[in-house]
Order: sequence, then structure tokens, then C-alpha cells
Amino acid sequence: MAVEGKRGGERVKISRSDVEHVALLARLELTEPEIEMFTEQLNSILEYAAVLEQLNTDGVSPTAHVLPLHNVLREDVVRPSLEQEKALMNAPDAENGFFRVPRIV
Amino acid sequence: MDITAKTAVEMHDLLVAKEVSAVELTKAFIERIRAVEEKVSAYVSVSEDLALKQAGQVDARIARGETPGSLEGIPMGLKDNICTKGMRTTCSSKMLENFVPPFEATVTERLRKAGTICLGKLNMDEFAMGSSTENSHFRFTRNPWDLACVPGGSSGGPAAAVAADEAAYSLGSDTGGSIRQPAAFCGVVGLKPTYGAVSRYGLIAYASSLDQIGPVSKDVRDNALVMNCIAGYDAKDSTSVNYGKPDYTQFLVDDIQGLRIGIPREYLGDGTDPRVAEVIRKAVGILQDLGAQVDECSLPHTEYAIPAYYLIATAECSSNLARYDGVGFGYRGGGAEDIVDMVSKTRAEGFGPEVKRRIMLGTYALSSGYYDAYYLKAQKVRTLIKGDFDRAFAEYDVLLSPVAPTPAFKFGEKSSDPLAMYLSDVCTVPVNLAGIPAITLPAGFAGVLPVGLHLMGKAFDEGTLYRVAYTFEQNTEFHKAKPDLGVEVRADGLAR
Repeated sequence: MAVEGKRGGERVKISRSDVEHVALLARLELTEPEIEMFTEQLNSILEYAAVLEQLNTDGVSPTAHVLPLHNVLREDVVRPSLEQEKALMNAPDAENGFFRVPRIV
Repeated sequence: MDITAKTAVEMHDLLVAKEVSAVELTKAFIERIRAVEEKVSAYVSVSEDLALKQAGQVDARIARGETPGSLEGIPMGLKDNICTKGMRTTCSSKMLENFVPPFEATVTERLRKAGTICLGKLNMDEFAMGSSTENSHFRFTRNPWDLACVPGGSSGGPAAAVAADEAAYSLGSDTGGSIRQPAAFCGVVGLKPTYGAVSRYGLIAYASSLDQIGPVSKDVRDNALVMNCIAGYDAKDSTSVNYGKPDYTQFLVDDIQGLRIGIPREYLGDGTDPRVAEVIRKAVGILQDLGAQVDECSLPHTEYAIPAYYLIATAECSSNLARYDGVGFGYRGGGAEDIVDMVSKTRAEGFGPEVKRRIMLGTYALSSGYYDAYYLKAQKVRTLIKGDFDRAFAEYDVLLSPVAPTPAFKFGEKSSDPLAMYLSDVCTVPVNLAGIPAITLPAGFAGVLPVGLHLMGKAFDEGTLYRVAYTFEQNTEFHKAKPDLGVEVRADGLAR
């Protein structure tokens, strides 16, 4: 598959190791066939997205949000929160009012 | 005629006249679901007991002499990414297969308070990512007009259910066309409201700056009535806007004399199916005969909308879906040795291929060294696309286009090529990037398959969209056509 996606003027292609790195960042354990499939598909999608490079956006400010929104503040008053029992209702594993997970350290 | 084939307004009149009770109406829908669901598969779960209980409460109020409100006692369905307290909400994902929300979405709370009847939760592409509902973890939903075709997506269940009379109306969500494209494919009316008009509280997030909940209905009047119920400011959604919600039914007037309509030429490119182009051409003629002034116009950055959309939406998705870690709720992968392994296995086993693909793309677009080239660039392009619309709306009241370049396609036709599937969203994604409202309504057929007319409006000007759509509907018969699902109707109006 031919290239695309530009970085600092150099043509870069997403390699297998890029896919493995991104999968690690995304906390997705991928199978061999998935690594191959995503390497090919991400290249193809980013090749298409490279059309954006043709567009001059110097001096254009980015739009993160369409509305002219400001911080939304409220009075700092105590309001009821979800009871512990309900918060744990959907937990895959819970014990003594806590979420239980494999060892962390 | 089967009572389930009527509009919500007609059902309301029957309830007021006491010609039917809410329980009878609800039972008719349950019968209808039993009769056609084997063919259509619109629902993930049907809440028969809850629906009958709610209907009984409505009948008790009517028996006490109360006049039912406009949606009271009318059975509807909800896309399964809208949280319903105590009722399973799956997003059509293995990840949330057994998730029971401990809270209620604002839209469903408003519908419950209005006395509506909830028939159940409707199928969708997993986490609303897709254009065909083929990405559901559970099942394919079929297009009621041709069972070999997809219903569109991601709100395939909500659109198919309304088209097949399995719900009087439904709620969907639209991030890049997910209400409008399936509504068009299934021959029903679908509105994507202005960003901020309808609360997103309780909508399971896909791409937060683009997502919006909206109604799918059999006609324009029903659509406006549902908007009356669900729209308006909500303190629980910080992007909700206090815009002074009008009574949307006031815009249902049969008059578009002098209205200025622009047709962006970029939306009718070489890829447009000639049968779709023909339907649009005829629809334009009808609107001109009704007094509208129609001109061609240009939205010059349209070709950049799809790449910008897929970079922004996937970046937001990769962030939003980070919460599915197998700790607090949802699926947990087995056999893990430590926490990172557990999270990685949970996500590997709980997400389907399209969700993984979008998380990968979004993570890449946000990763160190690529942020400026992809995500920031896409946000700048978003500014240019919004500017295109601002300039067009200085000259035109509404813009008109097809909803999709083709009518509904066959199962498997595009599912092996993600990019081809993305490209079919060309007419709908610019609307989400600009945050403006848009409606689709039935405008003709390509063979047996419905073709939709897409009308785009100024921010918070749903009213003008309803006015144009209503005028078109009053002067055409396309919305009255029904798919033939081969179900006999008994003399009492119930499906056999």
C-alpha cells in the first residue's frame, strides 16, 4: 500500500510497530490478523485524509465546539449522589463496598 | 387499517374519543412486534410488562376524566444508547450487554413525565459507529422495504421500527447522519436538531461535540410534537442551550411562498445514484410550484468534510471510550494477570471491529507528533466548513440535498471496506460539524426503496425546516406509502 500522511514534510506510512504502539496507548490487545488488518486500513484511511494537506489553513482558528460556550458554573452546594449500592450494581467484581481488580503494584 | 399504522396524532384522537384504550393500543403494538420482528429485528429488547403497566396508568387517568396529553398513551421505542433507569441499555455492544443504568436520560425522563409508553430498546451499530447497523453485536436489522437491504445506521432499529409500525415514533441519535440516513433508507421522517437543542444527559457518548438526540416519526407533525416534549434547556448537560424553545407545531403551515432554497452543487456529485438525483430533481420542481425560489449554490469545502469528520469523531471517541476498562461497569475480560492486562483484554473482547478501528484511528490522530497534522488540522477545516454554511444562510433560508448518494444497499455490500462506508456519509456529516439542524422526509422511490429529501437550516431554526417539510408533505403522498411485510390484518385492526 502506498503511503500518505505527512509529518514535517516527510511522507510517513503507518508501520506495524506504529499500530502496536497505538494499540498499547489505547489499551487494546490485538491479535496478529487484527494488527495486519488495522495496518492496512489505517494507511488507507489516512491516505484519504491527506487531502486536508492541500487546504491552506494558515490563520484559521480551530473549532472545538460550535457553540459560543463559556464555563458553566453553579453554587457549590451539596447535592445527593449515587448511593454506594447503586454505584456498585454494574461492577464486574465488587467486595466490601469497593471495586475489586487484579493487583496493581 | 391496522391501528399501529396510524400516526401518533391519529392515535391521540382515538384515545381522546375513547375509541381505543392505551392498553389496547399497547397490546396492538406488542402483537405487531410479534408478527413482524422475525423479519425486521428492530429491537434489542422489548419491555412488554413496563409498557402495559404504563398504559394501565394512562387509562386510569383517562377514566378519572383527565384528557390525555398529545403523546400520552402513545407507544414508542428508544435507541439502545439512551439510558433508561433500571432497563438494560447495551449500545448494541458486548461491552454493555448487561448494563442496567442507575439513572435516567433527560429525554426519557421528559417522555415518561408526558405519559408515553416505552415498548423497548432499538438496535444500532455498536456505540453508534456505522452506517448500516451491521456493526451491532446482537443482530442485523433488516430494511422493511427490502429485507435483503440494510436499514441504514447507526439508528437502524429506530428507523426500521417506525417504518414497520413497531413503534409510533422513536428516538435516535445523530453524530454524522445516524438519524437522517436510516430514516431516509426506511422512508420515515428524521430530525437532527441543532447542537444544544436537546439534552445529551444520559446519551452514551460517542463524539461529544457532534452527538445529538432527535425524533424519528411517520410524518412531520408527529416529529414536531416529539420535539416539543424532548427539546429545551437542561442543567444536567453543560452544552445544552437556553434558546427559548418554541411550540414547534406553530410552524406546521402549508406555505413556502417566497422561501429561498439553495442547492449546494457539491452534494450532487458524480457519485450520486441517478435514481436519487431524479427524485431530488422532482422534489425541487414540487417546491418551486409551491412558491419557493430555488437556486444552485456552493459549499466549497465540502470535499474536506469527511476526512475532517472522521478525524474529529474518532479522536473524541478514543477519549470517550477510555472509560470501558472493566472496573466500574460493563464487560470484564478474563484470565488477566495485572490491571493493564485486564483492561487490554476487556477492550479486546468487549469491542467489535469498527469500534476498535475508530479507537485506533482516534488514538493515532491525538498521539504525540501527529496532533497538529490531524486533529488540529481537522478542527481548522471544521471552521471553514461552518463558514461555508454561514455564507450560504446569508442568502438562503434552507439548503436542500439528497440524504445519501444511494438508496439502501445490500448486506455485506460495503461492510468489508470501511472507507467506502465512510464516503456514503458525504451529505450528512457537514451538518454535524457545523452544529446546524437538518431533517429528512420521504420524497420518492428508487425501485422499491425509499429516497429521502434532506433539508438543512440555520442554528435553532428547526421551525423553518418543519414548515418546508410540512408543506412538501401536505402536497405529496410519499409519506403514506407502507412496506408490505406480508402480515394479515384482522378485522379488529390487530395483526394476525
